Amino acid sequence: MARQIRIALRNCGVIDPERIEDYISRDGYMALATVLTELSPEAVIEILKKSGLRGRGGGGFPAGLKWEITRKVQADQKYVVCNADEGDPGAFMDRSILEGDPHAVLEAMTINGYCTGASKGLIYIRAEYPLAVERLKTAMKQSREMGLLGNNILQTGFNFDIDIRYGAGAFVCGEETALIHSMEGLRGEPTVKPPFPSVEGYLKKPTNVNNVETFANVPVIINKGWEWFASIGTEKSKGTKVFALAGKINNVGLVEVPMGTTLREVIYEIGGGIQGGKEFKAAQTGGPSGGCLTKKHLDTPIDYDNLIAAGSMMGSGGLIVMDEDDCMVAIAKFYLGFTVEESCGKCSPCRIGNKRLFELLEKITQGNGTMEDIDKLRNLSTVIKDTSLCGLGQSSPNPVLSTIENFIGEYHEHVKDKKCRSKVCKSMMQYLVVPEKCIGCTLCARNCPVNAISGERKQVHLIDQEKCIKCGACMEKCKFNAIIIN
Amino acid sequence: MAKIKLSEKKIQELKDVCKAFNNEKGELINVLHKAQSLFGYLPAELQEIIAKELNVSVAHVYGVVTFYSFFTMQPKGIHPVSICLGTACYVRGAEKVLEEFKRQLKIQVGETTPDGKFSLSCLRCVGACGLAPVVLVGEKVYGRVAPDGVADIIAEYNT
Ligand SMILES: Cc1cc2nc3c(=O)[nH]c(=O)nc-3n(C[C@H](O)[C@H](O)[C@H](O)COP(=O)(O)O)c2cc1C
Ligand code: SF4
Ligand code: SF4
Ligand code: FES
Repeated sequence: MARQIRIALRNCGVIDPERIEDYISRDGYMALATVLTELSPEAVIEILKKSGLRGRGGGGFPAGLKWEITRKVQADQKYVVCNADEGDPGAFMDRSILEGDPHAVLEAMTINGYCTGASKGLIYIRAEYPLAVERLKTAMKQSREMGLLGNNILQTGFNFDIDIRYGAGAFVCGEETALIHSMEGLRGEPTVKPPFPSVEGYLKKPTNVNNVETFANVPVIINKGWEWFASIGTEKSKGTKVFALAGKINNVGLVEVPMGTTLREVIYEIGGGIQGGKEFKAAQTGGPSGGCLTKKHLDTPIDYDNLIAAGSMMGSGGLIVMDEDDCMVAIAKFYLGFTVEESCGKCSPCRIGNKRLFELLEKITQGNGTMEDIDKLRNLSTVIKDTSLCGLGQSSPNPVLSTIENFIGEYHEHVKDKKCRSKVCKSMMQYLVVPEKCIGCTLCARNCPVNAISGERKQVHLIDQEKCIKCGACMEKCKFNAIIIN
Repeated sequence: MAKIKLSEKKIQELKDVCKAFNNEKGELINVLHKAQSLFGYLPAELQEIIAKELNVSVAHVYGVVTFYSFFTMQPKGIHPVSICLGTACYVRGAEKVLEEFKRQLKIQVGETTPDGKFSLSCLRCVGACGLAPVVLVGEKVYGRVAPDGVADIIAEYNT
């Protein structure tokens, strides 16, 4: 039986997040005390490096290494930034941590400040998370009162304080250079890396950007030792990962599992299987930047490298489960629609290329696609990936490529047979009256919003396919199951 | 940009907001958040005042306002209806719910009903994916909304 291990979520739902005493009673701020009184910054960085902790915001960059790089840059002022933008639609891990255990993030940011030589921390949080903001504010007030934040922390002479900055609804602002520009009051457009934020970030000063979940792991690693942390997970991905299970799964919600747990364990043992006993079709990880995992990946151990090898990526931890009723071409179109809306527009491959991808997908879902269009999708995807400026454009074609790779049959059906087996793509469906079942009650005709149904009382009715907008109202209303989808 | 006339009092309020952020241009986004929560939206005249107070060009302010989807230059309805079209909600049928709201309110996304009561917008994930599909009316969250539950939600606000 697959086990959940709670490291990042250790306190969520366990403590009262508005009481610092609760946090302290569970070893809270113990790591900070150890670090400030017993360890040199180098020693802490060494512990993190040995623990193998990698960034949980998507990229999987080794956390200890990032801290070290930021530390080594000479500057009069440095910053610590917590990325709480959580833009992947369908993911809410960071929100839960901030709402359920805000002190863990504050503690880790302070430790980071000590290690990198920064005296100021900033939390960049989505405006859509008002409760998380409130909890953070309460937590900061409490820790200042107790001398755990602010000047002369724990009477060691170390100064560090934290401020909150708000996002304003732009997915691309989760990308670290865009995030920094947004914090500076500018449009959240990414810039080319290098320079990396660790070298030149907020107000051109070295800035260590880490994700919420990455930070939440840090105090535990200090308290329990890197050996303990490194003993969990796979060779190159240590510790646990929090996933937000959503979609057609019985137990939706957050799970935290050791790296290396298989998709099957997550979906069937922890997630309780697919809703309504339907058949598993695919799971999307990595959100709009990721790809889908299919039946053949059910037994692959989930870690950073295996997911990339499978054509997807870890991403921030959204895991959307899809069943036989989901059309993979429509899913690809859905993600592209998201990308088109969220592209910042700075570079043309992403701004224009994704739009063309979307249009091609639209053409296919409307039943007008050709085999050539599938090739075009492939080629254009590769170009966009290779030539876009930031991670958004570089990964936005992934849902297209991965659905083509894994579900080419469905693409062919849409194109050649003009058929959508999941009955999602409306243009390919026909609502038909089954003459044997229709008793001529007129109910459907009265409910059709566009008057597409004709027929006299007690006569078999007929749907005018030209007029029908495929709303499904007639089918819902018919008491005799006389209307079917072809 | 359509012009509206702001009263002296409102203008002063806005200037106070800017001042609270030290008229610092780096605080533009915070100022806009505050201004939008005070006025409901960010019409051109408001942006001009903010630009002057923070000593940046109006184009800069406009550029920022239009970049972020949270900021709006259109007044919202008294009861702003937002439908989550995030992935979790999408696979659980959010599109059908949206269609139903459009049909019943007789407006498109981004519009407000003629009586000013409802406006319709979409958003991407409010972090309540477990309750998908999710609809927000003002601050109130409705979970597991089905198309045939739409009428009831609207009725709640139509008294
Ligand atoms: C388009 C795009 C969106 C991103 N969104 C987020 C996000 O919402 N949260 C996050 O922590 N990182 C996000 N990232 C990754 C950040 O750029 C950055 O790598 C991360 O915050 C570093 O922290 P970590 O090393 O602790 O993961 C995004 C990257 C890209 C390219
Ligand atoms: S890849 Fe897309 S999001 Fe990134 S900078 Fe270019 S246009 Fe903007
Ligand atoms: S699906 Fe809708 S539009 Fe088409 S016939 Fe039935 S009720 Fe009319
Ligand atoms: S996708 Fe709708 S709340 Fe997350």
